[in-house]
Amino acid sequence: MTLKNFAVTFVLGSMALVTVGATSMRAQSHVNSPDPALGTPSVDSTESHIGGLTGHAADGKKLYRRFCIGCHGPDGNGQGMNAQWIDPKPRDFTEATFKCRSTPTGTLPTDDDLYNAITRGFVTTNMPAWRPLTPQERANLVAFVKTWSPRWAKEKPGTPLTIPAETPITIESILHGRQLFQKLECWKCHGPQGHGDGPSADTLTDSKNNPIRPYDFSSGSRFMCGVTNQDLYRIFMTGLDGSPMPSFADVVKPEEAWDLVHFLRTLQPLKTQEADLWQTYRAAHGADIKPIGPDAAPGGK
Amino acid sequence: MRTKYFLALTIAVLLGSGMLVFANPPAGSGSISGKITYTGTPPKMKPIDMSKEPSCAKQHATPVMTENVATGPGNALAWVVVYISAGDQESSAPSQAVRYDQKGCQYLPHVLPMQISQQLQIYNDDQTSHNIHPLAKVNSEWNKSQPPGSPPIDTKYEKAEFIPVKCNIHPWMHGYFVVLNTSHYAVSGEDGSYSIKGLPPGKYTLTAWQEQYSQQSQDVTISGSETKTANFTFKVLPY
Repeated sequence: MTLKNFAVTFVLGSMALVTVGATSMRAQSHVNSPDPALGTPSVDSTESHIGGLTGHAADGKKLYRRFCIGCHGPDGNGQGMNAQWIDPKPRDFTEATFKCRSTPTGTLPTDDDLYNAITRGFVTTNMPAWRPLTPQERANLVAFVKTWSPRWAKEKPGTPLTIPAETPITIESILHGRQLFQKLECWKCHGPQGHGDGPSADTLTDSKNNPIRPYDFSSGSRFMCGVTNQDLYRIFMTGLDGSPMPSFADVVKPEEAWDLVHFLRTLQPLKTQEADLWQTYRAAHGADIKPIGPDAAPGGK
Repeated sequence: MRTKYFLALTIAVLLGSGMLVFANPPAGSGSISGKITYTGTPPKMKPIDMSKEPSCAKQHATPVMTENVATGPGNALAWVVVYISAGDQESSAPSQAVRYDQKGCQYLPHVLPMQISQQLQIYNDDQTSHNIHPLAKVNSEWNKSQPPGSPPIDTKYEKAEFIPVKCNIHPWMHGYFVVLNTSHYAVSGEDGSYSIKGLPPGKYTLTAWQEQYSQQSQDVTISGSETKTANFTFKVLPY
């Protein structure tokens, strides 16, 4: 068999596998019909509003059964058939606690937050980006996901965080952000170098008592809740509910928050303006930079 | 049939109006007191290693012990919340706030009872950051960072719930917010004793809750200004 032949066979083979997989999934959803034990939420009264789109829970239910039920389960509690093999565990929608929100800790996320989460997926987890679904389908799923907890009928989403215009990226901003990283003790979990290896890192559990790792900045991986500086700002200001990551909105001023964003970017192995500035500074003042960690004076550089 | 129904309705209305007359009585003068004890072998409480947080470790001459099953002499069981779970009249939350401290990397008090809608103030008295993370299920779960010197966090809960509280940075820190739908409650001391005062006459269900051994109840009837005794015994296991 020549290499070319092999490649063709391989491609054809994988296509066949994908087809079989798709067929079996379809078969499975057929077995489950007409109406599997799909919990009790009333699916008619709920809508979602994303931009100009209106999502409908009844339509979302069909999509949920097709695409989400395997992990998030027939009862929406994150205990689908696949859940036992997955870590981090699928979200339990019955608790209405969500990591990626624009709203304050303890409040419900906005429809846009949920829509963005479905669209973006959760990098480094089993949750894929659902871009193959149309925006309308994703909006329908948002509407259906909101039927799993009675909180959506009783409460309004929190008021989204206001993010001021980004301050200029300067070495002063980075250095001040570094002081905050020390002072706010981000390093206790994320580690002095941002490697996710702080003294508390290996004891962390999520709200369901499953072990969970803090983000390792040196991994170069995207953040779970978006890739921009605005996303990074939002992540630590609103916190990731259900995880050990708290909200810093009450203790960090908006302008200081941008300094922290700028410093955090230097911890990533990325070619950014922040990283360039920091490397230049370190080359010139390396000896003066105090290490971050327990031995550093509080607020030290 | 109709007469019977009418009679029942009349009685209900009469009873209802009777209760209205007694609504908002001058705080009653009955009381319930007793002792919480255990049978069996309790698990050994372990010394907490705070060496990862030297600013806290140096505040304690002897290591702090875990408190999930806190016992005292005479099989006494501490940190048990005793409260009226049924029969109590509705009362609005008192105006004074309850205070919860993070001090020496410990929650003080370990178990903090409060009334629905009562103001709760959370202080960080330490030289280290804490993240206060009450793992509410009925109420909503939130998680906030509180660096040293931050103002107290001012909050309240609107639904009755036993809420475990933890600090993810210092995993040994464990406590409870006990949000109650009554103004009559007490927490057992180191000697296992408790006392609930100011009860108007009535038929009550008294419940004792312990964080590891769930809860148990008994009925108590108070007439006049008597003091009733109600003891609870929890069966404990060494593991």
